[in-house]
Amino acid sequence: MSTESLRIVWIYPDLLSTYGDRGNMLILARRAQLRGMPVEVLEVRSDQRLPSTADIYLIGGGEDGPQALGAQRLLADGGLHRAVAQGSVVFGVCAGYQLLGTSFFAKGTKCTGLELLDLSSDRGPTRAVGELAGDVDPRLGIPPLTGFENHGGRTHLGPGVSPLARVTAGVGNDGATEGAWRGKLLGTYSHGPALARNPALADLLLRWATGIHQLSALDDTWAERLRAERRAAVAAARA
Amino acid sequence: MPMRAKVASSVSRTAAALSRAAGRGDGSVIGGWIGLKIDPDLLAHLSAGRAIALVSGTNGKTTTTRLAAAAVGVLGRVATNSFGANMPTGHTSALAKAGSTPYAVLEVDEHYLAQVLEATEPHVVALLNLSRDQLDRAKEVAMMAQLWRAALVRHPDVRVVANADDPMVVWAATPPADPAQGHIPPHVTWFSAGQRWHDDSWVCPECGSTIERSEDQWWCTGCPLRRPEPQWTVEDDGVLDPTGAWHKVQLQLPGKINIGNSATALAVAAEFGVRPVDAVSRLGTVTSVAGRYAQVDRDGRNVRLLLAKNPASWLEAFDMADEAPTLLSINARDPDGLDTSWLFDVDFAPLRGRQVLITGDRAYDLAVRLDVNGVPFQHVRSFDEAVRSVPPGRLEVIANYTAFQDIRAELDRVN
Repeated sequence: MSTESLRIVWIYPDLLSTYGDRGNMLILARRAQLRGMPVEVLEVRSDQRLPSTADIYLIGGGEDGPQALGAQRLLADGGLHRAVAQGSVVFGVCAGYQLLGTSFFAKGTKCTGLELLDLSSDRGPTRAVGELAGDVDPRLGIPPLTGFENHGGRTHLGPGVSPLARVTAGVGNDGATEGAWRGKLLGTYSHGPALARNPALADLLLRWATGIHQLSALDDTWAERLRAERRAAVAAARA
Repeated sequence: MPMRAKVASSVSRTAAALSRAAGRGDGSVIGGWIGLKIDPDLLAHLSAGRAIALVSGTNGKTTTTRLAAAAVGVLGRVATNSFGANMPTGHTSALAKAGSTPYAVLEVDEHYLAQVLEATEPHVVALLNLSRDQLDRAKEVAMMAQLWRAALVRHPDVRVVANADDPMVVWAATPPADPAQGHIPPHVTWFSAGQRWHDDSWVCPECGSTIERSEDQWWCTGCPLRRPEPQWTVEDDGVLDPTGAWHKVQLQLPGKINIGNSATALAVAAEFGVRPVDAVSRLGTVTSVAGRYAQVDRDGRNVRLLLAKNPASWLEAFDMADEAPTLLSINARDPDGLDTSWLFDVDFAPLRGRQVLITGDRAYDLAVRLDVNGVPFQHVRSFDEAVRSVPPGRLEVIANYTAFQDIRAELDRVN
């Protein structure tokens, strides 16, 4: 960690917060606090400078206009690029995931992304709406991803990133892979409060941010019940 | 009315009555559905000759419609879709059932406003608010504002009663004048009903700049869009009308939000020439609205039902609810939207210190949310278990749409 406390920045909630995106910030803060870590959370609006010294940066989902505006402002600000160069963790969701790549489509126009991840996004033939599930890259050592997706984009991964998961339900990037990661940067189409259903993913981000390899176990009874219920719902829909 | 419309209207009424008799529902949709199959223009035919008000928005439209119908009732009989069936089938059923009335006040699902404007040619349309609601299928907020705006441009004669506190509504209600195209900006009466929820209007729909807020005021930092001066406002437990006269509002409905809805209802009625002083006492006759706010005694518990469908309406529900044991019930079926992400847009902290019970198809999503929120809770499998789990006295029930209907069905479809 860069300072005494874990610093979590939520990037541009005024633009990129459509589906309970606040949840990821709340969940990371809660899981750190339950382990006795002091936490500072900071919501940075799009008319403010982005600090480059935080430990974890969160970028949420949004409509086309705010997504394009968010990317422009992050490029002009440069703070996120400096933070990544210093080893900060970045977690992007949906529109926030797309804009980490080299390019994305918003309002019919190709927009320049932040070029932090080797991927590009365009429009798919249909909107992907519904449950999303996948088996996570074994190198990340976490159980299957579960979430809800709602996006019109398709994302093409370059050689510089690895897929976060192999899709078992839903669409994700392209029906085969879902999300992407490289180093301490990770993005997913599992939108909104993705970490609510994936506490192990939340802990992965916390391990990356703190360098602590063994985080104490937390009582995840309700999250586990939710995961089991969603898994059963996906299986029932398929049957 | 053409013969085809008369037949359609009659069959529609019969189908609705059969549906109610069979215990299959309120009959508020099926009748209209059948009627429209026989005469696709039935809604237009049934609207002809009536002075009509439409009420639309994300939240508060059912209650405001009921209050406005009570206020307009000063002038004569009013047809209204009081069961919350707010799509053209529901409007058709309501008008067919009511027979000939000089007035109608119709609640309209925000997605159907353009279509219903076209069919009913209303005298006035009330625009309440726009916020995130079932985003997995609903149009996103900015797009909805755009649809409203385009619809109003096509109907320059309709009088608009709109919420000055919601930037999205203000933008939708003020399309630019374009004399070359024959576009005249609509006549707008502004009301201020308050707005706790701001998270869908930080970005200007006109220019994309940031919207600033300070107390009641809001303004765009990049273009002239700003809060218009409202003619109807809430002051204490009453409504201030455009002449500056204050009218005490005595409601049987809880919450400050319903004083705001009363201001809107009086503003709508005023467009028909109703004086607020004549209408205000009628607002107190509204007790519950399609089960919303209904109170039922069950095993020594006084159960009160509050409907909350989206983040903005949850904030209002916490304000309305007493400091009493509270049951929260969440489903995610088709009418609710399949996505529960919005639970994290709601801060449940106001419930700390109350006995909280949770139930519904998606209780586990809520459990995770409450856990993160630091709100202790108990999971129950049924409404009956919830009733048994609380001491005698008030039990507040806050539920989203189908969860609300499930509990209402347990309570014999209380209205």
